[in-house]
Amino acid sequence: MTTVFGVPLAAILGQMMLGLVNGAFYALLSLGLAVIFGLLGVVNFAHGAFYMLGAFAAYIGLASFGVNYWWALLLAPLAVGLVGIAMERLLLRHLYQVEPVYGLLLTFGIALIAEGVMRSQFGASGKSYPVPPLLQGGLNLGFMVLPVYRAWVILASLIVCGATWLLIERTRLGSRLRAATENAKLVQAFGINVPLLVMFTYGAGVALAALAGVLAAPVVQVSPLMGSELVIVVFAVVVIGGMGSIIGAIVSGLMLGLIEGLTKVIYPEASNIVVFVIMAVVLIWRPAGLFGKEQ
Amino acid sequence: MRAQIAVYGVLAAVALIAPFLGLYPVFLMKILCFAMFACAFNLLLGFTKMLSFGHAAYFGASAYVTGWLVTVQGWGTIAGILGGVAVALLLGLVIGAIAVRRQGIYFAMITLALGQLVFFVCLQANFTGGENGLQGIPRGTLLGVIGLGNDRIMYYFVFAVFAAVYVLIRRIVHSPFGQVLRAIRANEPRAISLGYKVDRYKLVAFVLSASLSGLAGSLKALVLGFVTLSDVSQTNSGEVILMTLLGGSGTFLGPLIGANVVVTLQEYLSDLVGAWVSVIIGAIFVVCVLVFRRGFVGEIQRIFAQRAR
Repeated sequence: MTTVFGVPLAAILGQMMLGLVNGAFYALLSLGLAVIFGLLGVVNFAHGAFYMLGAFAAYIGLASFGVNYWWALLLAPLAVGLVGIAMERLLLRHLYQVEPVYGLLLTFGIALIAEGVMRSQFGASGKSYPVPPLLQGGLNLGFMVLPVYRAWVILASLIVCGATWLLIERTRLGSRLRAATENAKLVQAFGINVPLLVMFTYGAGVALAALAGVLAAPVVQVSPLMGSELVIVVFAVVVIGGMGSIIGAIVSGLMLGLIEGLTKVIYPEASNIVVFVIMAVVLIWRPAGLFGKEQ
Repeated sequence: MRAQIAVYGVLAAVALIAPFLGLYPVFLMKILCFAMFACAFNLLLGFTKMLSFGHAAYFGASAYVTGWLVTVQGWGTIAGILGGVAVALLLGLVIGAIAVRRQGIYFAMITLALGQLVFFVCLQANFTGGENGLQGIPRGTLLGVIGLGNDRIMYYFVFAVFAAVYVLIRRIVHSPFGQVLRAIRANEPRAISLGYKVDRYKLVAFVLSASLSGLAGSLKALVLGFVTLSDVSQTNSGEVILMTLLGGSGTFLGPLIGANVVVTLQEYLSDLVGAWVSVIIGAIFVVCVLVFRRGFVGEIQRIFAQRAR
């Protein structure tokens, strides 16, 4: 059997595949964070909570209303996105005039509220969500059997990330969004409704987080705390990629998932902290992040 | 000035007789430890406008090290505390050196991520006891004669340390060094253009804050006799922000009042409402950020300032 550093190659490739699945979630979540940060200048601490709410929306939908996975994939992001829009309208909007750290603190408070409410309703233990029938089984890749569902997660995340990138970089709406990110006042003066754009951007970013939550529901335990640790890793991913950089968020999300997977085989004790260590190194070497621009 | 002396006189008198008023000394000591933590945190947030989102790292790491030194290594109380503070200082130096390279929101995210790194190290290291934490930490004696096992004696020891830290922080803020920090808070580019090596000042403030947070953590470990992962967790970092914000960041008394409110709330609410505590804490956060950004003391000061006019 082929080995690298005394570790079987098959194990390395297997863990890298699994790492890529995590990377797919990192990419989806950091993409939403980057879009929101770019336009609103708000670091959305509630992103993990919205991811959790997306997973719970799928779980509740199936358990109470018989909404299947495919409908959940559409409806959960819509429902959670609406919650996000309401939040932007009622709360976040009042903080654009003050320093950006207050946006971080507000969304932190909202994350605490969302987690507390879900914990008092569903308890702290995890709930399992079944893999949809169409995506059961495994693919034999030679070095490992990859569950079809995990392959689907990677594929779906790549499609969504690619579509979002195209929307922002190649469409009229996207060009307005980018223009508003550069100079909101000027764009407003040209007759574009910037507050509306901001509201829907926040909603869309939140919906991406919820979509990641639905995708994650069958592979992780659905629990009120599933988002709170993840969001910190995703923050580190965004810092590594460069705040506000769309492509940076996608690439560094996938890459860090891979590296995390590799660390699990080579030095398992460090797998929880490797992302943070990389962040520290990147900050020393390139303070603006890998894809970020120096202000 | 006279009003200030009166306020402090009353506060000190209340603190000195508090154990005889039927209040549980351990609870009072817990409040003092968190008040010290919040005051140390305020040195950064209030007086330098740096929002660290990972301050539990210094509080918790120092608590673990002190607990381990006195329990496993058999060190004395003071040596154990100093050992913990030294570790918090070093951590603050390393993390601060990385974090002060960026400002504002970036600084917050970096300190958060590096704080989480410290959390995972504490989760996996051998000396911290992992999920179980450290238990049965002895309080030891002071100078070899004064036994700190007695709650009231321990209370006065903690109070003395708190008072010293409080005076030290006032002294730092009012020193020429503190004035430079205020200049950085008011307008960082201007401070740079005046020739100040801003990053160095920020790093020194960060290290001071981390060390004093560590001192608070060490004392908490000795007071309660145990250290758990929640001491080093992100929740704890969030709570110290809330204490400072609620009481009034950038004021001296604010963090003290905020710590009183938050610790008391947690103590009494957790039995009553369970998981809803985090909902209540979150709601206070939201209200504070939206309509109460000056905090209690900040609002009172504003009212007095308006009257004076």
